[in-house]
Amino acid sequence: MEATCPECAASVALPADTLESEIIVCPECGAELEVVSLDPPALALAPEVEEDWGE
Amino acid sequence: MRIGVLCSRIRAEEKLLFTELDRRGLRYTKIDDRAQIFDLHQREYPYDVVLERCIQHSRALYMLKLFNDAGVPTVNTYQVADICGDKFLTTQALVHAEVPTPRCLLAFTPESALSAMEQLGYPVVLKPVVGSWGRMVSKVNDRDAAEAILEHRDVLGNYQHSIFYIQEYIDKPGRDIRAFVVGDECIGAIYRASEHWITNTARGGTASNCPVTPTLADLSLRAANAVGGGVVAIDLLETHDGRLLVNEVNYTMEFRNSIETTGVDIPARIVDYVLAVDKG
Repeated sequence: MEATCPECAASVALPADTLESEIIVCPECGAELEVVSLDPPALALAPEVEEDWGE
Repeated sequence: MRIGVLCSRIRAEEKLLFTELDRRGLRYTKIDDRAQIFDLHQREYPYDVVLERCIQHSRALYMLKLFNDAGVPTVNTYQVADICGDKFLTTQALVHAEVPTPRCLLAFTPESALSAMEQLGYPVVLKPVVGSWGRMVSKVNDRDAAEAILEHRDVLGNYQHSIFYIQEYIDKPGRDIRAFVVGDECIGAIYRASEHWITNTARGGTASNCPVTPTLADLSLRAANAVGGGVVAIDLLETHDGRLLVNEVNYTMEFRNSIETTGVDIPARIVDYVLAVDKG
């Protein structure tokens, strides 16, 4: 499974166990990406950390 | 059984929990907070239990309130999320349950906050009441630094930054302790070590196993019970004279670095607890 990085247009390989909404890092440009769809595979820039994020 | 999982961003922890649910053949519904529209007049939801794994405190809080008010049990409860999501409320809960915690002062203006810092004695730690991963937590070493940071907070921050939560600085031995509590058991603990005074693993602190002594287990359970119990991670500080102080309690705990370190199957223990909550 492959998708295109929206930041640098690199082709990013997605492992078979990838889940929707998972966060991955583009191996080419290092951008944090969210898997927004698996069928077809699609990536978007992950949202920036907000003040109330955490555990 | 109808299990709901509140989430948005799928971190390593959520993936491990989904894998555990799948392994047991348990069906679950992902409830992505970004896609939800809640009808506030709705009084029933199609879940027997909901596991909360949101990355955003404010959304988690509101959704847990909706579910709990409709009688749906959640892990954790709205009450626990409310208390743990706010450092002031956590400190209040700990103090009133007589759980040892660093000395803490609260002030609402830069002037009174400066007086509070002088009263505690430098260094002090200034924290936003809402926030995680050590963000915007400041060690204030002297009056000059205090004046600078208070002015910045006053000018740049929103109203929450004018709530000055000021904590005694504990000169810990290059590490703190994170203890994991599930229900009525402290299932494991790690040391988080860093050369920086902020030891969160999200900030580069490294994890190693910490033996769960009777003292650590007892204190962790008391802290968990003080905030309402459930699945929580307790952050503790060691003092030079051998005391343990509870610093914070986390209600959507991260544990990716702690499974191998502790040898405890943390996602399995969380799923066990969720199933037990469902059975009431």
